[in-house]
Amino acid sequence: MSLAHGRPSIPDRQPVGFAFSDENRAKAEAAIAKYPEGRRQSAVMPLLDLAQRQEGWVSVAAMDVIADILEVPAIRVYEVATFYTMFNLEPVGEFLVQICTTTPCMLRDSDAIVDACRSHLGIDFGETTTDGKFTLKEVECLGACVNAPMVQINDDYYEDLDAAKAVGVLETLARGETPVAGPQNGRRSSEPVSGARTLRGGD
Amino acid sequence: MGGTVKVSIDGVEIEVDKRLTLLQACELAGAEVPRFCFHDRLSIAGNCRMCLVEVERAPKPVASCAQPLMDGMVVRTRGPVAGKAQKGAMEFLLINHPLDCPICDQGGECDLQDQAMGYGKGVSRFEEQKRSVQEKDFGPLVKTFMTRCIHCTRCVRFMEEVAGVPVLGATGRGEDTEITTYIESGIASELSGNIVDLCPVGALTSKPYAFVARPWELSKTESIDVMDAVGSNIRVDARGREVLRVLPRLHEDVNEEWISDKTRFAIDGLTRRRLDRPYVRRDGRLREASWKGALDVVAGRLAGRDGARIAAIAGDQVDCETMYAMKTLLEALDSPNMDCRQDGMAVDPSARASYLFNSTIAGIEDADACLLIGCNPRREAALVNARLRKRWLRGGFKVAGIGPDPDPTLPVANLGAGPESLRRLAAGEGEFAPVLAAAERPLIVVGAGALARPDGAAVLGAARALAENCGAVAGGWNGFSILHTSASRVGGLDLGFAPRAGGRDTAGILDAAGTGDIDTVFLLAADEIDTGGMGGAFVVYIGHHGETGARGADAILPGAAYTEKDATYVNMEGRPQRAARAVFPPGEAREDWRILRALSDAVGATLPFDSLGALRDRMIADTPHLGAIDEIVPAEWAAFGVDGAMDDAPFVSPVPDFYRTCAISRASATMARCAEAFPTPPASGAGD
Repeated sequence: MSLAHGRPSIPDRQPVGFAFSDENRAKAEAAIAKYPEGRRQSAVMPLLDLAQRQEGWVSVAAMDVIADILEVPAIRVYEVATFYTMFNLEPVGEFLVQICTTTPCMLRDSDAIVDACRSHLGIDFGETTTDGKFTLKEVECLGACVNAPMVQINDDYYEDLDAAKAVGVLETLARGETPVAGPQNGRRSSEPVSGARTLRGGD
Repeated sequence: MGGTVKVSIDGVEIEVDKRLTLLQACELAGAEVPRFCFHDRLSIAGNCRMCLVEVERAPKPVASCAQPLMDGMVVRTRGPVAGKAQKGAMEFLLINHPLDCPICDQGGECDLQDQAMGYGKGVSRFEEQKRSVQEKDFGPLVKTFMTRCIHCTRCVRFMEEVAGVPVLGATGRGEDTEITTYIESGIASELSGNIVDLCPVGALTSKPYAFVARPWELSKTESIDVMDAVGSNIRVDARGREVLRVLPRLHEDVNEEWISDKTRFAIDGLTRRRLDRPYVRRDGRLREASWKGALDVVAGRLAGRDGARIAAIAGDQVDCETMYAMKTLLEALDSPNMDCRQDGMAVDPSARASYLFNSTIAGIEDADACLLIGCNPRREAALVNARLRKRWLRGGFKVAGIGPDPDPTLPVANLGAGPESLRRLAAGEGEFAPVLAAAERPLIVVGAGALARPDGAAVLGAARALAENCGAVAGGWNGFSILHTSASRVGGLDLGFAPRAGGRDTAGILDAAGTGDIDTVFLLAADEIDTGGMGGAFVVYIGHHGETGARGADAILPGAAYTEKDATYVNMEGRPQRAARAVFPPGEAREDWRILRALSDAVGATLPFDSLGALRDRMIADTPHLGAIDEIVPAEWAAFGVDGAMDDAPFVSPVPDFYRTCAISRASATMARCAEAFPTPPASGAGD
């Protein structure tokens, strides 16, 4: 993923057009309706998100369509889309694997997760597997430090990983199954790893 | 709202308008506060942090540009707290700045350079890699060096707010922030050059002026622009015999502190296709001649000729002195045939209110509804358009247009293409009629597109009737305004450079030349008329560019362009302003009035002045308000126009191509590049 935001990173691979599906168009109108009259532009983030869910990424054509819908200059949409790292400005694989390497995850050995994912998928950060299934991305803190190390794959968090568990999650996805999201070491949410010691009721 | 507050700034107690920001109050108190992002004509961003000052009882230094005033504020703009904060902000700004001043065009007139002298450390503590940013393509006028950018966003705000062409933005974030159009397109605005002035560093500089000169090498002359009829106040920077750049001068009532791109960048046309020596046609070919030889040929032609067979047409950039000298000479020759309206605009030379922008340009801000008839202000007078937009941004200002469907920078409701729509509006039909009727100060702007046509006088009459009926001329308000495109037009009409009793106008002169009724025609830099049908008439061209007018001439007397003479121009409001000579005319070219004076001598009808001062004294005696420099003498309302039948042909804007409207801009390579990069959309008349 390029960090140069001053221009589209893949000018040659931009689609010529974009249109919301009927369903997403209705959702877009619902998002716009949440804001007062004359404040349509406030719905720019929900609309970018809808476009990304529909296409997997946000193209310049999609941003232009959103600018038209919101009645703002196109540059105002480009500004927002380039500001947030969560908007993909170039195509990604079916599963976007975002590995957190910020300090708490790093201290819990996120480097091992990175190495495992790289060697398992055979790609580096910013790359997509040839079958178009996986894209690997290094990200800053995703706010799940108590369950470090963790990765985010599409909308789900997979936490309390080690190298083997991370590969296991990827293999499950590759088989077409959906691994159970959340901690992968058996604990529930962020309860103590060694089991509950307080608030245990009667015993 | 109103009201004042008392604040203490660096120990100085002052009472100021409470709507000001703290930074403005500091300035009034005489304290200098450094700043980059703040600009008093743009919205407040508060992102450069350079203007931090210490406010008593505030927990930390505050950005004074974004700080409202409160009564009893005690402010220190210097001292340990503010000084340290300002020095810190400067150090951060310089961290990623390349410090390449020796190769930067902004060097010598750079806010960052100047303020680094006052607030910088002198040495850098930053040892890491500086960031670098790719250049952007902003078109043929604005050169970018984005690594120098400090992200003040003045350019972004200018394009959005003043120019109304919001194509610039800040993408990315943090270290990756860039000022860009994102999609790699030039900035298609008539005002884009102003972002070069606004940029406080060398990130945006002038492309045609790149690496040309340093500011201290230039002689600076305060003058007046003639590229349109706005009369923008400019500063002409020249070195030797060449004008190198044009910058705006502040005039609140005319151009504020902006100028159009044509004003700024057409100057390279001043050195191309110039007429630098006299020519006389012999054996069908134009041959070089001496001044004496050329003047003798023309004088020989005039001697003993019936005045009715002589005529003169003034071009769009001719100064008042030249027209006055020409008119005086024609009167001495007993000729009534003269006109300063190349396009045949049907205004009434005897009724000044019929050809002035009566509301004045600043007066646009007082209007509460606007009707544009046959004009596209964006192309015809970019700064009038900027003023309309400024008024519209304040709210409560509906604008409608009849005529060419413009590509406006403010919403304009199109009511139709031609006179039929005007008739319907006058009859009270449509949604805009009640708006106009309810407006207290309606503004009716009529352009050459509506008047420079065979039924122009009828359109003028209809527009006047509409203005009177909707209350556009009442109670000290005159909202009937003619939008001119020619810098010479109002001055010429004021001087009476129009058909005298029994005389012919431009179309009449051209016809009569074709039929042989007129056989000697003076063209004063008149290049926008079709000279093809002038038949065997003897044409004397007095002007500065070898163009359409000179091509068919029989004698060419090379004159001076607007940067080469001291001259009076009257803008569309009727405001006389004085341009000053920045450079000498090239070669043997002379100031136009001197040419006419010398010619009059050769003819034996010597003009009664032999200095510019004497000419001006006589001119002002004849037309007193031309002596009231920079003052507008309001025109008295009168009956003008005719009540006649109007053709149904749609109005067409007289400016098909913003970048090339006169001999200078047509000779300019920069303007040619602009016209190619930003083709004017075809001005289509919207269907009724």
